[in-house]
Amino acid sequence: MSLLGRRSKCLSPPTIVYINMLNPDTKPNPKIFEEDIEMAPTRDGYGLGLVEAGERNKNVVALCADLTESTRAESFAKKFPERFFEVGVAEQNMATIAAGLGVSGKIPFISSYATFSPGRNWEQIRTTISYNDSNVKIAGHHAGISVGPDGATHQALEDIATMRVMANMQVWVPCDAIEARKATVAAAKIWGPIYLRFGREKTPVFTTEKTPFLPGKAEVFWSPKGKADVLIAGCGSLLYNALLAARELEKEKIHVYVLNSHTVKPLDEHRILLLAKKAGAVVTVEEHQITGGLGGAVAELLARRAPMPMEFVGMENMFGESGSPKELIKKYNMDVRDIVHAVKKVIKRK
Amino acid sequence: MEGLHEEKTKYLEEMGNVLREDVIKMLVEAGSGHSAGPLGMADIFATMYFHILSHNPKKPEWPERDRLVLSNGHICPIQYAALARAGYFKLEELMTLRKLNSRLQGHPHRKSLPGVETTSGPLGSGLSQAIGMALAAKLDHARKRIYCLMSDGEHQEGNTWEAVMFAGKNRLSNLTAILDRNNIQIDGYTEEIMPLEPLKAKYEAFNWHVLEIDGHNPEELVDAVAEAIAIFEKPTMIIAHTIPGKGVSFMERKYEWHGKPPNKEEAAKALRELRTLGDRIKSEHQ
Repeated sequence: MSLLGRRSKCLSPPTIVYINMLNPDTKPNPKIFEEDIEMAPTRDGYGLGLVEAGERNKNVVALCADLTESTRAESFAKKFPERFFEVGVAEQNMATIAAGLGVSGKIPFISSYATFSPGRNWEQIRTTISYNDSNVKIAGHHAGISVGPDGATHQALEDIATMRVMANMQVWVPCDAIEARKATVAAAKIWGPIYLRFGREKTPVFTTEKTPFLPGKAEVFWSPKGKADVLIAGCGSLLYNALLAARELEKEKIHVYVLNSHTVKPLDEHRILLLAKKAGAVVTVEEHQITGGLGGAVAELLARRAPMPMEFVGMENMFGESGSPKELIKKYNMDVRDIVHAVKKVIKRK
Repeated sequence: MEGLHEEKTKYLEEMGNVLREDVIKMLVEAGSGHSAGPLGMADIFATMYFHILSHNPKKPEWPERDRLVLSNGHICPIQYAALARAGYFKLEELMTLRKLNSRLQGHPHRKSLPGVETTSGPLGSGLSQAIGMALAAKLDHARKRIYCLMSDGEHQEGNTWEAVMFAGKNRLSNLTAILDRNNIQIDGYTEEIMPLEPLKAKYEAFNWHVLEIDGHNPEELVDAVAEAIAIFEKPTMIIAHTIPGKGVSFMERKYEWHGKPPNKEEAAKALRELRTLGDRIKSEHQ
């Protein structure tokens, strides 16, 4: 009896303390750290956002390369059949047809798996969308290792890098289904080529409708009361792991910022620099190769403006394999414990 | 589009040679670029810009204009010459081809020059872009027509056939493609490098309406385009048989001239030949 009492005493007050580290301005899901937090894949947000964008603007059109259901372009196709074009298994054709639509007053969204688009059609995107300045939105689905059992052929781990190096291309990586919906709707309103990255697996929906989302503006999701030791900048659904890691670290009196860097390009340089300088060390977290993605972008910024110790959580120059998403995230060192480890490691290097 | 009368035909034939002279002058000034393709397509460009296309050089952004998509961007000197002669920009600017700060990029860039409808150079992606424009026109219930000028060599690109398949499936009757069938590519003859024939049968199998013309005969092109406009259930492919390097005897049919410019002496010789040609460009059998 007394033991139980002591346990509950020990557990509940710290929980409140941790929750307080969440930035209330970001209006997170109140169930953010509960077992029964809502789960949904970011691709679901894309599907909803695409329909919403289509309702708001009749010039929004969608194309898909034989993956209409799994990329969630299906609802748009059903609601606006005349504005939906099935191109078959032909990603190069999809990108280039979209390029023609995009210079003709339409706002095309192209959907496929990221390994195929922007994987297979990279040159077409470069020449006919980016350089040609066509108003095309590229939705890369099944990105990251959490694609799971399909294996490495279908796990896009290079797409942020290959899109980020392209002039006149923005790169957005929403962290959950709600943010994915907002990003899709916002992309239709902004002129120019944008790459949007989505995942296959159900992941925690930890933002809410009220959470601010402004393209190009990173949001602080977790902020200690006093001085922070490390800035964790993340994008995509792994940002949730970063928050769990922040909570673990707080228990050990290690204080971190967790920044939602959903817009990898253009990077919110101002906010990243501000927080990085305050903390004096940075860890980046993404379901992507540790070179060329968000980590690369942040490293380039810090090298130019404020060199400091940095660690990267992501794929370390390897291909994935089949397995459950959870197993893969663990095996390839992108789990909560790996983020905790990276934070401790970077602190030692300060 | 109006039909052709004798005087207009003569004008187009002469214009073809004016464009050829422009191209030779541009290439020798630039010191690099492609010779055979632009010369071979001169008559088609003259006929497109000075008879077939509904366009307004003073209003290059006029939304209802017909679109001419150049898929094989490397022959752009001929397009630049046609655009300048049509009044999109001053003739003097033609001599800036491939030079620093020029709007006349080595391969065409939509954002650089008025009248250029798309960015091209990497082969095989023009037809798809024309398809995108054709779809947009259909969605907007617009009457404009989309023309895509393609090379034969780029039919070795997978993207080309993806586009051919899509246009056939979607019965894009507002789309007309014109294929520069000159039988050469950089490394040699197309039928040696990677055979393309039977092109007509292939397009027909993909549900296209296919016509074959002499690419140096404006009347045949105008007739073929008129037929394409009258076909409502299919896109049309006009296979234009051309002679690469046409009009300059030492360049004609020589794949060695695909990707290089003439030097000063060669240019002088070419211009002398072209000046004596007048309207006598038609193929012998005409």
